[in-house]
Amino acid sequence: MREIIKSKIIPLPREDIDTDLIIPADFLTTTSKKGLGEHVFARLRMMESNFPFNLAKYREAKILVAGKNFGCGSSREHAAWALRDWGIEVVIAPSFADIFFNNAMKNGILPIILDEKIVSEIFAKEDCEIEVNVAAQKVILPNGEVFNFEIDSYRKECLLKDMDDLAYLVSQMSEIKSFDKRHSKNIFFDTKVL
Amino acid sequence: MARNIIQKIWDEHVVVSKEGFPDVFAIDLHLIHEVTSPQAFEMLREKGLKFHASDRAVATVDHNVSTAVNRKIATDAGSQKQIMTLRKNCEEFGVKLIDMDSGRQGIVHVIGPELGLTQPGITVVCGDSHTSTHGAFGALAFGIGTTEVGHVMATGCLLQEKPKTMKVNFIGKIGECVTAKDLILKLISQIGVAGARGHVIEYTGEVVRKMSMDERMTICNMSIECGARAGLIAPDEVTFEYLKGRECAPKGEKWAQALQYWSSLVSDVDAEYDNVVEVNVDEMAPMVTWGFNPGQGIEVSEVIPENADVQALDYVRLEAGQKIEGVPVNYVFIGSCTNARLSDLREAARIFKGRKVADGVIVYVVPGSESVREAAIKEGLDKVFTDAGADFRNPGCSMCLAMNEDKVPEGKRCASTSNRNFVGRQGKGAITHLMSPIMAAAAAVTGKITDVRKLI
Repeated sequence: MREIIKSKIIPLPREDIDTDLIIPADFLTTTSKKGLGEHVFARLRMMESNFPFNLAKYREAKILVAGKNFGCGSSREHAAWALRDWGIEVVIAPSFADIFFNNAMKNGILPIILDEKIVSEIFAKEDCEIEVNVAAQKVILPNGEVFNFEIDSYRKECLLKDMDDLAYLVSQMSEIKSFDKRHSKNIFFDTKVL
Repeated sequence: MARNIIQKIWDEHVVVSKEGFPDVFAIDLHLIHEVTSPQAFEMLREKGLKFHASDRAVATVDHNVSTAVNRKIATDAGSQKQIMTLRKNCEEFGVKLIDMDSGRQGIVHVIGPELGLTQPGITVVCGDSHTSTHGAFGALAFGIGTTEVGHVMATGCLLQEKPKTMKVNFIGKIGECVTAKDLILKLISQIGVAGARGHVIEYTGEVVRKMSMDERMTICNMSIECGARAGLIAPDEVTFEYLKGRECAPKGEKWAQALQYWSSLVSDVDAEYDNVVEVNVDEMAPMVTWGFNPGQGIEVSEVIPENADVQALDYVRLEAGQKIEGVPVNYVFIGSCTNARLSDLREAARIFKGRKVADGVIVYVVPGSESVREAAIKEGLDKVFTDAGADFRNPGCSMCLAMNEDKVPEGKRCASTSNRNFVGRQGKGAITHLMSPIMAAAAAVTGKITDVRKLI
C-alpha cells in the first residue's frame, strides 16, 4: 500500500458494523476476488438514500471512519475485497473484530485503532480531509492535530511491501516438516477411511 | 507454571517463535467448503504450490446447495460454478470431498464431529467463523479468511499472535425447556457482541459438564457472536463416549493412546485467565433476540429494554418497552450449524407432535447433515414435522445466511434457530429472532413468539 494516504473521509458513525452489512451473502457466489466493490453495503445503500456510499461527494474517499467493533460476524474475506475494490485503503475505528482486522491487512487495507473520543472528533468535522502516514504511524487532521497509532512492525512491513505471510511461512518449511513428524503422535483422526 | 487448556493446546502447536514475527502455528484439521475456498486453490495454482497435507483436510458443500427434497446441486449459476469448482479442486489437489447425496454430506460443522474428525487437543480451521463449534471437543478451532485458507493449504500453518484467554463459568441450575442456546444467548446479551474480542473462551460450570456433545456444540458455535476468536470445553467422558466408534476416530491400541493424551487436556487447578466472567443461569427463562445483533437478547418473559438501540428497533419494527412474547412470526427456520443436530430436531418434534403449524406460517426444518436426516426419518420425526405442516428438507446452511433460494422475504419476521439476526441476513429486509429449537417450534404452532413452557 501507499506510504501516505491523503483523502476525504467517508463517515459511518455506527457501531458493530458486521460483514453481512459490508457484503451480503447474495454476492458471495463468486470464484474471484474482483468486482465486489459495486455491492459494498448493498443493503444499507438500498435502505437509506443518503447513506454515505450513495453520495457522490464521498465517491473518491479512501479513508472509512466507523464506530467500534467494525467488521464483526462472518469471516468472509469478501468484506475486505469489496471495500478495497471500492477504493477504501484505510479504516479508522475505536476497535475491530479480530477476523476482519486480519483479512483487511492481507488485502492492502490498513485498520487503524483510535480512541473513541478522537473518532467522534473526526466525525464532527464534516467532509474533512485527513492524512494517514503509514510509515510514521500518524493520522493528521486538517487543523494539524496529530494522532499516533500502533501497528505491529511485521504487519506494517507486509502492508508497505504488498506481501502476505506466505513468503515467511514457506521459508520455514523445513521447521514445519520436522514439527509435523514429532507432532503426529498427538493426531488421532484418520481421513483415509472416508 | 500452571496453564489452562487453551494455553496447553496453543503451546503444543507453536512451530517457530521468532522475534519480530508472529508465531508459526500448526493446523491439524482443515475443513473446506465451496464459498471461501476457490480463490485459495487458485492461489496454489498461480504460485505453483502443492497442498501441504491433503490427508488432514476434508471438504464438503453446504453454504449454497439446494435443500429441496429432489434437489439438483444449486439453483443459481454462481453457486453451481462454486460447487463444480470445489469438485475439480478437490480432485486436482487430492482432498477428500464429502459431496451431496453421498449419505454423509452436511454443514461442515455438523459433519466434522459426526465423522469423528473433530477430536480433543487438535487445532481446526475453516473459512467460516462458526468453526468455533468444534471447540466442544476441547479442540482449538477458529474461522479464517480465504487468504489464510490458502496459507494452510500451502504450509499446514498460519502466522498467529497468541490469543488472550477468558473463562466463562455458568452457575446455577436450568429448568425445563431452557437449553444450551439459551445459555449462550444469555452470555452474549451479558457481555455484548464484542465482549470477548481477542480472547479464546473456556466454558465451565456444572451445567456445561452435564450437557451432551450436541449441546456443547451449540454453546461453542456462537462464541464468535460475542467476538471471541474461539470457544472450547475441556474433554471428559461425554466427549470420549461420543467419539468412540466413529468413522475417523482411533480404534484399538490407538484409542487407548488417544484417551491417555486427551485426558491430559484439562486446565490446571490454579491456571489463570486474562478474564473471568460468571453467568448466572439459575431459573432463567428461554431467550429470544429482539434486535439486529445477537447481543440484543432478553428472556421471553421480559420486555424490550427502554434504552434499546433506536436503529435496531426501527429495523425490526418493534418498540421499547414492548413484550417480546406475542410478536407474530411469518417464518420459522429450524436448522444451521448452531441447532440442526438430531437432538435439536427431537426437541422441536416434542412440540410439533399432535399440533399443527399456525395458519400462514411457513416452517423449514433443515437437518444439519444427510446422516441427521436419515436418523430423524428412522425415528419418524419426518412424519411429525410434515404432519404438522412443516417442510422437512435436505441438509445445508439454508436460511441461516440465505445464500441459496431459502430466503425470508422482505419485511417478514422469522423465528430462527440460527446464529445471526443481522440486517438482511436471512434475506433483504428480513427480520430475525434467534431462539432455541423448542422455542422456534412453539412459535411455529402458535404463530407468535411464545414461552414454550406454556405448551409443555
